[in-house]
Amino acid sequence: MLLMVVMGMGGIYRGIIEDATLLVDEVKADLWIVQRNTRGPFAEVSRVPANLVHRALAVPGVKTAREFVYHTIQRERAGDPLRIAVVGLSWPTDKGESLPIIAGRPLAQNHFEMIADSRLGLPLGEQIRLGKETYTVVGLTENMIGSSGDGLAFCTVADALDIQFDVPGEAVRLERQARHARGRLSEYGRKQPALTELAFAIPSEIPAFSPRQISAVMVTVAPGTTSHSVASIIAGWSDVSVYTSAGQRDLLLRGPVEKVRRQIGLFRVLLTIIAGIIMALILYTLTLDKLHDIALLKLIGAPNRRILGMILQQALVLGVVGYGIALVIGLRVFPLFPRRVILRGDDLTQLAGIVLVISVLSSMLGIWKAVRVEPNEALSG
Amino acid sequence: MNDFAIETERLTKIYGSGNTEVAALRETTLRIRRGEVIALLGPSGSGKSTFLTAIGLINAPTSGRIVIGGELIMDGPSALTNLSAFRREHIGFVFQKSNLIPFLTARDNVQIALELDHWKASDAKRRALELLDSLDVADRADHFPSTLSGGQQQRIAIARALANQPSIILADEPTAALDSHRGRQVMQLFSQVALQHGAAVFVVTHDHRSLDVFDTIYNMEDGVIRLESAPLVQAQAGPPRA
Repeated sequence: MLLMVVMGMGGIYRGIIEDATLLVDEVKADLWIVQRNTRGPFAEVSRVPANLVHRALAVPGVKTAREFVYHTIQRERAGDPLRIAVVGLSWPTDKGESLPIIAGRPLAQNHFEMIADSRLGLPLGEQIRLGKETYTVVGLTENMIGSSGDGLAFCTVADALDIQFDVPGEAVRLERQARHARGRLSEYGRKQPALTELAFAIPSEIPAFSPRQISAVMVTVAPGTTSHSVASIIAGWSDVSVYTSAGQRDLLLRGPVEKVRRQIGLFRVLLTIIAGIIMALILYTLTLDKLHDIALLKLIGAPNRRILGMILQQALVLGVVGYGIALVIGLRVFPLFPRRVILRGDDLTQLAGIVLVISVLSSMLGIWKAVRVEPNEALSG
Repeated sequence: MNDFAIETERLTKIYGSGNTEVAALRETTLRIRRGEVIALLGPSGSGKSTFLTAIGLINAPTSGRIVIGGELIMDGPSALTNLSAFRREHIGFVFQKSNLIPFLTARDNVQIALELDHWKASDAKRRALELLDSLDVADRADHFPSTLSGGQQQRIAIARALANQPSIILADEPTAALDSHRGRQVMQLFSQVALQHGAAVFVVTHDHRSLDVFDTIYNMEDGVIRLESAPLVQAQAGPPRA
């Protein structure tokens, strides 16, 4: 069981890394343009104007530039909290065709459709109300998890922004009234009262208001162009920062998930040591139980190396059986965990190696005891 | 070829030191011929088991010599050969309790002694079954010791002792846990083994009911061996206690 926990810890550790970097890897961007002096949308709040896409497209060597919107919301569904990491897709360039859709289809219209990860528990065709609109789940993905462990839901950027900036009707009305009152009191309002009527328009119709802002712009570079050459041009813009995909990934691992990752890593090391101590005690106890038999074997001529071999064999069998049981139970239990537990081949191989080393080391105590047993102890008792 | 399976010369074993010093063996000299069946009697604490473990090369004497098959093995506390290997090749042990390894079957208990002597597993298995058959317990080959009677366990222990065709079989109270009928059967078995295998059989016993099967009987008291009776074979006991 302890080995299973060690294995699980390794899987959770790997899961945290995979979840954190999944989106960065899946969207297949070469460069991320984010708000100046921020570390990007995964590490902190990043706001850039949507028209940054057009500026990016004008840079030589840029093949595509897409808007990126990412935020997490929490709603209630059937009495349970439902956390959704909402990702905006740049319609019509990106309809979600590149996502690992296991059921349903990509987005087919600019509004009110959503591709949801199966972890969210939203079945195909489910209608979910977010803000003032109702969205229909048209596709399902598998293992698309945000860095916080929440399932991802993909809709168009426009819908993602609507969900993010949704304000209740009453708050809109109050803001319009306040805007109108401020206008009347301002110099412009007094000189041109008709302007105050604009206060009741929607923000996009008011030239003084900037359009809604997105989280980042994703750029892919044209063949024959290097990411670094494009990045060096964008880096010269004073209002944004630019990261390569690897840089964004690195920022993620050194940022939001760093402490969790290190804590689980340390916990795993501690558990491995404890497993080693417990195995050593088990083997020592088993050896103590067999001291008479060991003495008997020595009496009938078994050399020390043969007895050491038997203890070592027992330790290895214990280790292998323990590892096997841990793996079999783990494979059945880990999928029930709320966060992903990823058992990678190389991690399992590494743990198997560690178990073998622990088995050998933990048998030393028993071997030390067995070596000291005298053959004449077989005659006593 | 030397006629004697075992020769001890002025064998002395002292436990403790100073005020706590106890002499368990006092200059004991004894010669045991090949094929001879010997009983050693004596009260508890007389040194019987010390003598048995000394000639079994599991308890080094304080002084004196042990010669086995004409080869000097122990000169005082110093071993002149690899005792573990020598024991394996030349000496078989049978104990008061059968001392079988509980998690091995009857056959495996015999087979392990052969495998320790570098027999191939298949040959060892065949030989183990032969031995069990010769002792009428072949039908119990796949049984674990806990499912066998005391007499059957002791037969398997004897089979194990015979596995490597030793020149000496040492038995410590082998019939203590058996009723008189089975005890006699075991003692007769020793006699038969000595006859068939030519091994010297040395039995420490309290059991006076089956002494007629022995060639020679010794008595031990306060670490000194005295000849009790030698009906068939002339054995030479050490000097009487001073």
